[in-house]
Amino acid sequence: MYEYTEKIREIATRLLQDKMVDGVIGFRKGTIPMVNNPVLIKHSEQVSQLYWDSWCGVNLANYLPKFQGKVAVVAKGCDSRSIVVLMMENQISRDQLYIIGVPCKGMLDRRKIWDAVGDRGRDVTDVQERDGVLVVAGRGFSLELERDKYLQDNCAICTHRNPVLYDELVGEMVPEQQVDRYEDIRAIESLPSEKRWEYFQRLVESCIRCYACRNACPFCYCPQCFVDESKPQWVGKTIDPTDTMTFHLLRAFHLAGRCTDCGSCERACPMGIKVRMFTKKLEKDVKELYGYEAGVQLGERPPLDTYRPDDPQEFIK
Amino acid sequence: MTDWEPKIIALLCNWCSYGAADLAGVSRLKQPSNIRIVRVPCSGRVNPKFILASLRKGADGVWVSGCHPGDCHYIEGNYYARRKFVLLKKFLEYVGIEPERLHFSWISSAEATKFAKVAEEVVEAVKKVGPARYLVKREVEVE
Repeated sequence: MYEYTEKIREIATRLLQDKMVDGVIGFRKGTIPMVNNPVLIKHSEQVSQLYWDSWCGVNLANYLPKFQGKVAVVAKGCDSRSIVVLMMENQISRDQLYIIGVPCKGMLDRRKIWDAVGDRGRDVTDVQERDGVLVVAGRGFSLELERDKYLQDNCAICTHRNPVLYDELVGEMVPEQQVDRYEDIRAIESLPSEKRWEYFQRLVESCIRCYACRNACPFCYCPQCFVDESKPQWVGKTIDPTDTMTFHLLRAFHLAGRCTDCGSCERACPMGIKVRMFTKKLEKDVKELYGYEAGVQLGERPPLDTYRPDDPQEFIK
Repeated sequence: MTDWEPKIIALLCNWCSYGAADLAGVSRLKQPSNIRIVRVPCSGRVNPKFILASLRKGADGVWVSGCHPGDCHYIEGNYYARRKFVLLKKFLEYVGIEPERLHFSWISSAEATKFAKVAEEVVEAVKKVGPARYLVKREVEVE
């Protein structure tokens, strides 16, 4: 991981000195442990701020649709897929981009570390990592944890760890995981409908409608979001269970065939709601019905922007 | 509960199903009176939020009907609509909405008898699951 930092700085210095790009979007070390901040570097003397470790979960593709000029961006597997989707949706063009690809072994979930530390979770002051072991330290304690158990949920089932599109890689490609992505979705699907309704009501019960999940998502770039519309107002703005549920359903539906499961929504949620349970169902259906995976192939059209005359329609009368 | 009658919102394409509803009427075909029709220019115009908004405002069922695949007035609107509806229906079922509340059909403007028949089926299906329980916005009661 730490060798990635060196390599990212080296590439950024070269790009900025040669005036190949106007800026480099990457991460800098956060002021608190387990959170790194996105940063835009514009001068080569600032590149020492750039940093990489296992807490760089934020999807930097989120900053691209707003960017003018040429930019280099540090991209993990999921980020690079998001970039592909943004390019297909004409939000950014390839010649504006220099993609610094980062083969990723999964990002870590600070909430899981807090849970592991227990009562003193919020006192963690430092997390070091070597050879798959995390050393979590705080005032008066130190703990060794096995890295792979603390991955973000989406990273644990990731099947695209390597960037799909890049100009340069910062390290060797990592092996891809062979995992069953939809185990939890199938478990829910097998429940009777009342139980499913109860499950999802409980899931979003604590939602405070802060829209952090929307803001963190690289694909929520509409100039006016449906939740802000007032004439007509399609979705209620309160935290009434119906309004909350309608918001979550529509938010997820807008990501059908686009979501690359980068986990930004879940990471951003201040209440720790597993909102990926909605988007992942749509991802599964799109894959099963139309054989499409978002952001993997640049040439294809998104599944809801195309059709086949013989598409499945078994329930249409 | 015996005298309960469902309210059903029907989003009908102007170029086919709406015409079929009209023809069914002038042909004096017997059909249930639970359907409230909203005329839309194409089934592709139907946004998922229309369907959720109908449920939210207390509709017991929603029925969307458009032209047969290949017969769209706008050439391909119903093909896009089909992908949207298939995903939406599966998705709403997944979160626990009863499948009997959502209906989709292809009815051309000549198929008045099919319209009356499907209307009957839709109403029967919704009657079976009873009044809407989920996603209905309950107004806050003020004394």
